[in-house]
Amino acid sequence: MATHANVSLPLPVLPEGWSGEKDFKAIGSISAATQRTIEPVGPHFLAHARRARHKRTFSEDDRIQAQENAKKVEDDDSGEISEPEDPSMLLRDAKDWKQQDHYAVLGLSKYRYKATEDQIKRAHRKKVLKHHPDKRAAAGGTEDDSFFKCIQKATEVLLDPIKRRQFDSVDERADVEPPSKKAAKDGKYYKLWSAVFKAEGRFSKVQPVPKFGDEKSTKEEVDAFYNFFYNFDSWRSFEYQDEDVPDDNENRDQKRHMERKNNNARKKKKTEDSARLRKLVDDAMAGDARIKQFRQEANASKNKKKLDKEQAERDAKEAKEKEKAKAEQDKKDAEEKAKAERESTKKSKEQAKAAVKKNRRVMKGSVKDANYFVDGEAPASAINAVLADVELIQGKIDADETAELADKLRDLKLAADIKKVWTAEAKRLVDGSKIKQSDIQALA
Amino acid sequence: MSAEEAPAQGATPGERVAIGISFGNSNSSIAVTSFDDKAEVIANEDGDRQIPTIISYVDGEEYNGQQAKQQLIRNYKNTVAYFRDYLGQDFKSIDPTHSHASAHPQEHDSTVAFTIQDKEEGEPSTVTVSEIATRHLRRLKQSASDYTGKQVNSAVITIPTNFSEKQKAALTKAATHAGLEVLQLIHEPVAALLAYDARPESKVADKNVVVADLGGTRSDVAVIASRGGIYTILATAHDYEYAGVHLDKVLQDHFAKDFIKWHGTDPREDQRSMAKLKLESEATKKALSIGTNANFSVESLAEGADYASTINRLRYETIARKVLDGFNRLIEGVVKKAGLDVLEIDEVILSGGTSHTPKIAKNFAAIFPESTNILAPSTTPTAINPSELQARGAALQASLIQEYESEDIDQSTHPAVTTVKHLTNAVGVLSITGDESKDCVPARRTIHINVPKEGGDVLVKIVEGGSHIKVTKEEPAKTNGNKDDDSDEDSDDEPEERREKIWKVGKVLAEASVKDTKKGGKVEVMINVAGDLAVTVTAREVGAKGGVRGTLSAP
Repeated sequence: MATHANVSLPLPVLPEGWSGEKDFKAIGSISAATQRTIEPVGPHFLAHARRARHKRTFSEDDRIQAQENAKKVEDDDSGEISEPEDPSMLLRDAKDWKQQDHYAVLGLSKYRYKATEDQIKRAHRKKVLKHHPDKRAAAGGTEDDSFFKCIQKATEVLLDPIKRRQFDSVDERADVEPPSKKAAKDGKYYKLWSAVFKAEGRFSKVQPVPKFGDEKSTKEEVDAFYNFFYNFDSWRSFEYQDEDVPDDNENRDQKRHMERKNNNARKKKKTEDSARLRKLVDDAMAGDARIKQFRQEANASKNKKKLDKEQAERDAKEAKEKEKAKAEQDKKDAEEKAKAERESTKKSKEQAKAAVKKNRRVMKGSVKDANYFVDGEAPASAINAVLADVELIQGKIDADETAELADKLRDLKLAADIKKVWTAEAKRLVDGSKIKQSDIQALA
Repeated sequence: MSAEEAPAQGATPGERVAIGISFGNSNSSIAVTSFDDKAEVIANEDGDRQIPTIISYVDGEEYNGQQAKQQLIRNYKNTVAYFRDYLGQDFKSIDPTHSHASAHPQEHDSTVAFTIQDKEEGEPSTVTVSEIATRHLRRLKQSASDYTGKQVNSAVITIPTNFSEKQKAALTKAATHAGLEVLQLIHEPVAALLAYDARPESKVADKNVVVADLGGTRSDVAVIASRGGIYTILATAHDYEYAGVHLDKVLQDHFAKDFIKWHGTDPREDQRSMAKLKLESEATKKALSIGTNANFSVESLAEGADYASTINRLRYETIARKVLDGFNRLIEGVVKKAGLDVLEIDEVILSGGTSHTPKIAKNFAAIFPESTNILAPSTTPTAINPSELQARGAALQASLIQEYESEDIDQSTHPAVTTVKHLTNAVGVLSITGDESKDCVPARRTIHINVPKEGGDVLVKIVEGGSHIKVTKEEPAKTNGNKDDDSDEDSDDEPEERREKIWKVGKVLAEASVKDTKKGGKVEVMINVAGDLAVTVTAREVGAKGGVRGTLSAP
């Protein structure tokens, strides 16, 4: 916001007698504003949004932005290449560059394979400024430029992606040793092994590499991790450790022999490396409490299923037996009940029969008591007629009516009363057209 | 393509590969920003930068862009075109006119769908407009991914200013299904303005801009106030009567009549002839924007008869006058709607495919005063291709915001941030303006003003001002005596009106004095208007210490 408009018209001269408090005089305030929506687009809007959201004023925002920008520059400079130089390293001979630790030479040993190209360039510059032979000579030292050559060689290797990869492949200083069983015991298992696999993951062609995790990792995470490392696709190669191939044209056979030898050595080392990694993963897995836990959980859940099934079967069987027993009991009960019922009906039938017999006797007795409704000695024909009528009536009425009639007759002594009952009964039956009037001989 | 891509959501800012998409009814375009923050419109695999928004299916195979456009002749039933405006609308509120010559829109579950044969075999399927948009966006995404070599996963998409929330939601949904995270939906005119303002040679200035987005099926005009790089839309107009297809129609009718004269049949009555006529008319129109003469030739236009003809630009402009005049009225209307005068417009940006037509830009130049900058290819040589403006603006915005978390973007575009007070009047030092009116607050402006030659004490007077249009009538020049000259017939006309914009001094807000200024020095006055309209004025001599500072309380 440093832009400003330039106006060439001159300002008026201060009129005489103008005065204001601190040279300023407030006269009015500006008119009311209207609400509008601005378009959320463009760099200036972003600045506006930043100010609005953080409630900054223009000058505050300018200051904070400036600070942030300034800080970035500082960040770029700090945080590296301040490692102390090992005096023995300074005495190195550039000829055995294969043995030298290029990262240490440039002061990047804490970054190693993680060092960016930019970091390497700046580290190189810094070292050159310090160790250039001219600088040494100026400081009164020897004109020994061997360490300078080391620096140049290190930069050459590290700035060439192919060479750097070859060096990183054999850079064992970046490896993390697998923890011993004892060290891994006191709850540090995950932390220590994490570091090992983090370092190992740098060789993977597939990035990012899954993390080892900790005791809270899920089964999926753990499985993914072990699957990844069992199918590890490594870019690691061992050209860097090749023996020097003679560069003269003199001995072609010798050269080819060396090349073959180197190739075989590379292959062998690669196989060894794969085996090493496999063993590493095996070791980690063997001691991994999570695997055991997952297995137990899986077993538990499997067993649970089995037990559940058995329980269900048992329950079903029990229920079936119960049902069967109940059915049998029901059948038995029903049979008993039927038997009792049969017996009771038989008894009551017999009783009813006996009652009917008795009542009939009462009836016959009643006509006999009434002397067959004749005065004096009853002639055989009268007796027959009356008894025939009685039997006729008896045959037409059921047990209840018999009992009723017998009750009426039982206490009667007078022949007229008895006859009246009998004639009434006969009349009832005739009215009910159970018997015919003509069939009645004496009791009409 | 058949594999359903997982909807892209919440890619972390570092993994975003963002593009700008201009998704139009007739054409779409895609733009990316290159490493030096320059936006560039990229071509699809057919080499087109303007990709027709058309999708077509032949034997189960999907075609889009120019290839699909060719299918409008033979295979119009399985070709979907002009579907952008159907997104998020119900069947009742759409205007299906433009789809007459392609697959017809139908009502389908409160949305719009098309019945097309998009598989090799079986029954034609009903595809919703949302799904069509998804397929189209997926093709655009694929083209951009092929060009950049990286999988594109997010985009800024331009939309007309009158898109409803429902339409925005529908577009966002369609894009998400196509595997694109929508970083932001920005308005088309603002995108066009941003594309111009992002050029390295442009300076941040306070200006009023008219953006005329003249497209294939609709024309949208917006008046935008640009204050310190912040844009406020003052007025908009949308028109469906004057657009590119209407210019095409003029040519169609012209050539159809000519054809009837020769062959006696009307090519407009047959579907296939009409489609051929339409395509060739559009091509002729484009050719006329570049050259003064254009050929029109169609093989077997109707009943097996070939047809070839030429037309020159003048004739075209004459027959198209009715439509061209429509554009003028549209733009005049919207300036009036914004409460401004043509004199107050500093810039006119022509955007959209139809803006290539030279006559339109010339007409606009006649409406606005000479000081107004008409940014169109025919009037300004440095103008950006109008068809590419929106996609470029979208790509620029994408590059600006792609490193922010989507939550941050949402919060920043929240109405609480975007709705602010705007000054009704300009505030400035006496007779010299500082802040413009319609500036959104908080605002800050700095001005440097010369002091009188001899230096000394000076007075700084802060006033409110308003511009107004002064109309003076000039008497025809009679005094020079050569009245009989054959020179001008104009002098017979009524007195010419001269209109100019002048500043009127309004309320005085404050006075301050800067003492003992040096000879030839400058005074810097900084006016700072806070969000609650409190004004802080700081006046000091450039290069000197101290200075005067005062505050006006909020009204």
